[in-house]
Amino acid sequence: MKFIIAIIKPFKLDEVREALAALGVAGMTVSEVKGFGRQKGQTEIYRGAEYSVNMLPKVKLEIAVTDELMPAVVETIQQTATTQSIGDGKIFVLDLMSTTRIRTGETDETAL
Amino acid sequence: MIRKIACGAGAIIASGFAATAAFAQEAVEVVTEVATPVVAEVVEVAAAVPNPGNNAWMMTATVLVLLMIIPGLALFYGGLTRSKNMLATMTQIGAAAALAMLVWVMWGYGLAFGPEGNEFISWGKFFLAGVTADSTAATFTDEVISEYVFISFQMTFAAITAALVLGSVVERMKFSAVMVFVLVWLTIVYFPIAHMVWEARGIFFAMGALDFAGGTVVHINAGVSALVAAFILGKRKGYPSEPMPPHSLTMTMIGTGLLWVGWFGFNAGSALEANGSAALAMINTLVATAAGGLFWMVTEKLMGHKGSALGFCSGVIAGLVAVTPAAGNSGPFGAIVLGAVASIVCYFFVAKVKPMLGYDDSLDAFGIHGVGGIVGALGTAIVFAPSLGGPGGDDYAIGAQMTTQIFAVVATIVVAAVGTAIAMYIAKALTGLRVSPQVEQEGLDIGEHGERAYNM
Repeated sequence: MKFIIAIIKPFKLDEVREALAALGVAGMTVSEVKGFGRQKGQTEIYRGAEYSVNMLPKVKLEIAVTDELMPAVVETIQQTATTQSIGDGKIFVLDLMSTTRIRTGETDETAL
Repeated sequence: MIRKIACGAGAIIASGFAATAAFAQEAVEVVTEVATPVVAEVVEVAAAVPNPGNNAWMMTATVLVLLMIIPGLALFYGGLTRSKNMLATMTQIGAAAALAMLVWVMWGYGLAFGPEGNEFISWGKFFLAGVTADSTAATFTDEVISEYVFISFQMTFAAITAALVLGSVVERMKFSAVMVFVLVWLTIVYFPIAHMVWEARGIFFAMGALDFAGGTVVHINAGVSALVAAFILGKRKGYPSEPMPPHSLTMTMIGTGLLWVGWFGFNAGSALEANGSAALAMINTLVATAAGGLFWMVTEKLMGHKGSALGFCSGVIAGLVAVTPAAGNSGPFGAIVLGAVASIVCYFFVAKVKPMLGYDDSLDAFGIHGVGGIVGALGTAIVFAPSLGGPGGDDYAIGAQMTTQIFAVVATIVVAAVGTAIAMYIAKALTGLRVSPQVEQEGLDIGEHGERAYNM
């Protein structure tokens, strides 16, 4: 099993979610995060006090998938979430040791 | 706030009693005596009964000023601080105002407007002794309003001035210190200045200083006091390198709107009647403010930045502050110029001078109330002139009035500065003044009040 973490631009969330649903991805965890990479922040000014805000709002997706589904998911996310500009985000894939469905106690592939 | 000396003694102390007595005696013919008829005598006490319209307006004005404090100022200041200090800021304002109200009826009213007094202070009527529901207070004409209404109206002024001072000390001052400070500061700074500017015997009133609704008494006073308090308290940890942006400009904008609406009670209510003077104050409070709001944004743009929401709010307040001494002392177009000029001057002070000098007047209490108040107080001498549409007489001399205004402004600054220093050091001795670094880091909401503003 693989655990995919994807950081994307917030307005791309719905598109990505729909595309993954079409692939058969049953669920995911979505969180609002802040971060930066090569995309620098902007300057905010409050009554003459200037702040360089380096943290930009992003959305983080966390998805557990089978090994077979993983390449398709990564490719789908990349193709749906890209805008060809700096700040589009990144996708990380980790090895997933085990998964348990809390309701029933099922484990691993049956729990995905 | 001028009380006619002639009406003062009689109208305030006496309960309303019937005004007219006419005596006529019939001539009685007696054989040996000629009765001399007594001349009919008519005694009329000038308007001993309050006009219900004026009373109603002044009651409304009082409530409007209360609206300016809670939630107007509470949200305006609260939104500008960090979220971890939101409740502390709002509670300090509310509690300071509440304390001011109690102090006002105990000794404040007496010290400011008592029946006995000299150029600097008055006394009498402590704990409102002798005041009943039938007591009256003089206005600027022959009319009277209920004395309780006048007391209440002035009470809200004392309360809001105390709350305004807190704008420079947010996010690091202990709640207990705030309460001690307000108690002392009102007694040695606000009540004397209110007396000197607004009571008939007061030194600046007698000199003819123009301050319709509190340019000196409220804004310069609060602004300078805030500046001195900020110096004594010290900067917030991390200022100015750590970003401390406002946590909710939405709240600040709501507060701004409430302040603007409430200010009509502040300015137009200072006419003490629902008359032409109040009407003039009303229109000035609209147009000066509008000019202030727009000109701050224009200045931002001309300085190469974007016209901002906070800029609009700040300009609105700057305009309101500047028109406060001029509300009934200016024509509408003089008021527009005053609002615009104050806005531009305050912008430069807040955006350029303050960072240069490096002190932490956190919410620009001095930058807007102090500086705006000075612009307004001095500007009033100019816009009062009939040639500029002001209500001055034909023999009005701008120069002489300007000298009077300058004197009043400088004296206010001195009294406010010295009194604030004393009040701060007393607060420091009794409470320690500043929260611990851990509380300052974690936030005053949790550290001073055991609460969080936002449980999300």
